[in-house]
Order: sequence, then structure tokens, then C-alpha cells
Amino acid sequence: MKKTATFLFVVIGLILIWQAVILIFKLPDYILPTPAAVLHVGYARANLIASEALITITETLIGLILGVILGCIAALVMVFCRPLKLWLLPLLIISQAIPTFAIAPLLVIWFGYGMASKIATTIIMLFFPVTSAFYDGLRRTDQGWIDLANTMNAKKWRFFWYIRIPAALPSFASGLRVATAIAPIGAVVGEWVGASRGLGFLMLNANARMQIDLMFAGLFTLVIFSLGLYFIVDKTLRWAIPWQKV
Amino acid sequence: MSTDIAIHCLHLAYHDQVLFHDLHFNLAKGKLTCLLGPSGVGKSSLLRFIAGLEVGTKPPIDKNQISYLAQTDLLLPWFNVLDNVLIGARLRGQLAAANIQHAKTLLTEVGLSNAEKKYPRQLSGGMRQRAALVRTLLEDRPIVLMDEPFSAVDAITRFQLQALAIKLLKDRTVLLVTHDPFEALRMADNIYVLSGSPATLTLAAQLHTNVPRDLHDPELLQYQASLFDALVRAKEVSQ
Repeated sequence: MKKTATFLFVVIGLILIWQAVILIFKLPDYILPTPAAVLHVGYARANLIASEALITITETLIGLILGVILGCIAALVMVFCRPLKLWLLPLLIISQAIPTFAIAPLLVIWFGYGMASKIATTIIMLFFPVTSAFYDGLRRTDQGWIDLANTMNAKKWRFFWYIRIPAALPSFASGLRVATAIAPIGAVVGEWVGASRGLGFLMLNANARMQIDLMFAGLFTLVIFSLGLYFIVDKTLRWAIPWQKV
Repeated sequence: MSTDIAIHCLHLAYHDQVLFHDLHFNLAKGKLTCLLGPSGVGKSSLLRFIAGLEVGTKPPIDKNQISYLAQTDLLLPWFNVLDNVLIGARLRGQLAAANIQHAKTLLTEVGLSNAEKKYPRQLSGGMRQRAALVRTLLEDRPIVLMDEPFSAVDAITRFQLQALAIKLLKDRTVLLVTHDPFEALRMADNIYVLSGSPATLTLAAQLHTNVPRDLHDPELLQYQASLFDALVRAKEVSQ
């Protein structure tokens, strides 16, 4: 309850500062629209914003789910197959070293103007944090548990399933949190490079046409979605993995 | 005696520090043997060596004869108490109704029947250690190795756990590492002191009265001073 109150207080405070900045510096609408103007355009064009948001949300969620699945598989492959690890690790680091912006146009050429290329940019952005977090977790099983399983003559796969994976979940969860936070960025980057739908496309277009209020309305929609998604994922992880030290 | 279990450690070293060289001793079958000594002398290493946990060494006894209780309870936070004490059977793929029944009986015996469905984080230190003890017993091995299992709980809880362990470990061959001379005198039949570098073992006391001994036990009182002196000497030669 207190948290909600603090949150509301911060939001209202930021809006007031925003309005104050416009009044003090006498900023025109095309530089910084007033909160009221943004709210108004958000309401007047709610249908447009909602239908574009739906595209971005779909891309983000599919990208997130596929990226997390692929990231987990990569981590498991690296744990189980050392020769493959030698190949996979440089590839992973390269995928992180190359700016996604730079290869996004290429992805559009490969996967087309539709959702697939946006899902691909999202996957590339969040693959690495998931893989490295899960891989680290899998490698850092408590020595005590390894010894215990050893004296108990544990079967390798059972040890993996009942001890190593659950022990790695808190670490995986922090990777998933990072992935959740950057997934919408991945989708929007993809939309900027080449798209005919989505919030990124809407914002880019509005910007080009000096409809700064519409651009802001799109931006806020994206922020609200990102915050909501993070909140849901975070709560779910806390509920599902109560043994993590948060 | 032919019923003793002979332990021989040919050589054990960490980096360039030799912990043991040609170390022999006997574990009296069905008795509780305590291993005391200054910290850093290699008590835990010796226990781990016997348990077959020291990489690159050949364990002195068949691994299947041994169950091991470490310093920390090692309960798995994602399993409740019942699943935790059954982890051995589960890891071997041998979980059956009989195991579960046996586990429930033992949990009742240690006073944890109401905590079966609870998670480790909901238990006190003493309860966790009791659960770990049940897990060790469910392995049903003739030899039990324990590495300072009661060091993390308060004095009164430790006193109670010692009595409980004696009761549950009856007739098993137990090797208990401890830093607490009182714990050794309360629980052990034979007390060894480990000292020096490379470390050697000295039989410091053999006790015959019934365990667990209470604070007024004549044998406990008789050996208290001499054991303490032996530990002081052990610390001096190990530095």
C-alpha cells in the first residue's frame, strides 16, 4: 500500500516537473508537448495506439519466450558438451558485441518486413543474458550438494534434475529479469529499421511529422507495457522460486 | 581385533603441504569414535578422504558402506522435509512406498512429524539438523561419518541433539569429527587427537560408561582435564 502511494507520488511529481519545465522555458509544442496534450492525443487516437501496441507486445512476448528457451538450451549444451562450448561461446559473445542496430537491417532483409525480423532482433538481444546467467548457475552448484549426491551414489541425470537445475534457478531468474527489461527494446529496434506496424514505427512516423504529442503517447504506452511485463515476470519468479535470495 | 575397520591413508597433500603420510588407525565396529584436533590440522580432510570425496585418492573403504553428514545440514531449499530426507532414494531412482513409510517413522522419532510438509527455511537450526540426521540414517549404511554436525546450534540444542544421535546411531560404526572436547567425552567410545604436520593420531581416551554421558559422569570428569591438556599440546605441535 505504502509502495503504491510512493509510486503515485513519484509519477505525479514527474508530471508536475514536466509541466513546470514547459512553463518556465516557454517550450513550444513541437519541442515538448504538455502532459495534457499527450493525454488528449492518447485518448483521441487510442484505437490507433492500441492496435500498434498489440503488434509490439506480440513481438516482444514471442521474442522473449523463444529467446529464453533458446538461451536455456544453449546453456545446457555448453554444460553437457564441451567441444560445442568452444564454438558456442565466441558466437554468444559476438552476438552481444555487435550492436543490434547494425545488423537489424540485415535481419529485415533475411526475415522480411513483418514480425519475424522484430522477433529475431529481440531474441538476439536477450539470448546472451539468459544463457550466461543460467550457465553460471549450472556451474556453481554448491560443493556440499555435489559431495552429498556423490556419497549417495546419485544417478547423473537425477542429480542434474533434482539438484543442479533447481540450484541454478535463482541465477536463471536474474538473467530472465534482464531479458524481460530489454525485450521491448529489441522489438522497437526492429521496428525502427523497417516496419509498417508497431509502436516503434508509430513513434518514428509521428516524430518525422512533428506529431511530438503522438510520439510521446506511443512512448508512454511502451513504458507502461514494459513496466507491467517486468512486474508480472518479477512477481511470478518470486512466487515460483522462493529460495532465491532477493 | 578382527572386527575393527582398518583405515590407511598413504598420502594426502594440498599443494605442497602434506596433511597425512602413512596414517593408520582402526575404527571400532559398532562404536563411536571421535576425532579431535586443532583447526587446520586436517580433520575434515581425513573424513572426506574416508568418504571417498577427495579427488584423486583411492577411498580406504567401500563407498557403499558409508553415509556422510557434513557441517552444514545441506537440506535442499526447494524440497520439503519429507522430500529432503528421501533425497538419497530419489537420486538413485529407488523411491518406494517402503522408503516413505520408513522416513515418516524416523521423522516422528526425532519429533518432526508435524514438519514433514515444511520447507527448510521454516525450520529452526536444531530441526534442520534433525532432518539432516534422518536423511543420513535413511541411507542405512553401516558406517556413518559426521563432520561437526552440531556446531551451528546453541549449547542446549546441541546437548539434546547429541543424545538423539546416540539413540539413532546405536550399533553403527560412527566417526565423528568435532572441535568440542565435551562433545567427544559425552558421545564417544574412543577419542583420537590429530596433531602435527604431517598429522599423526593419538588415542587420547577410551571410555566405557553408557552414552550419552551426562555432566556428572565419573569417566567424563576423569578424562576432561587430560583431554584438554592433550588438545593444548596438539595445538602447540601443529603450529
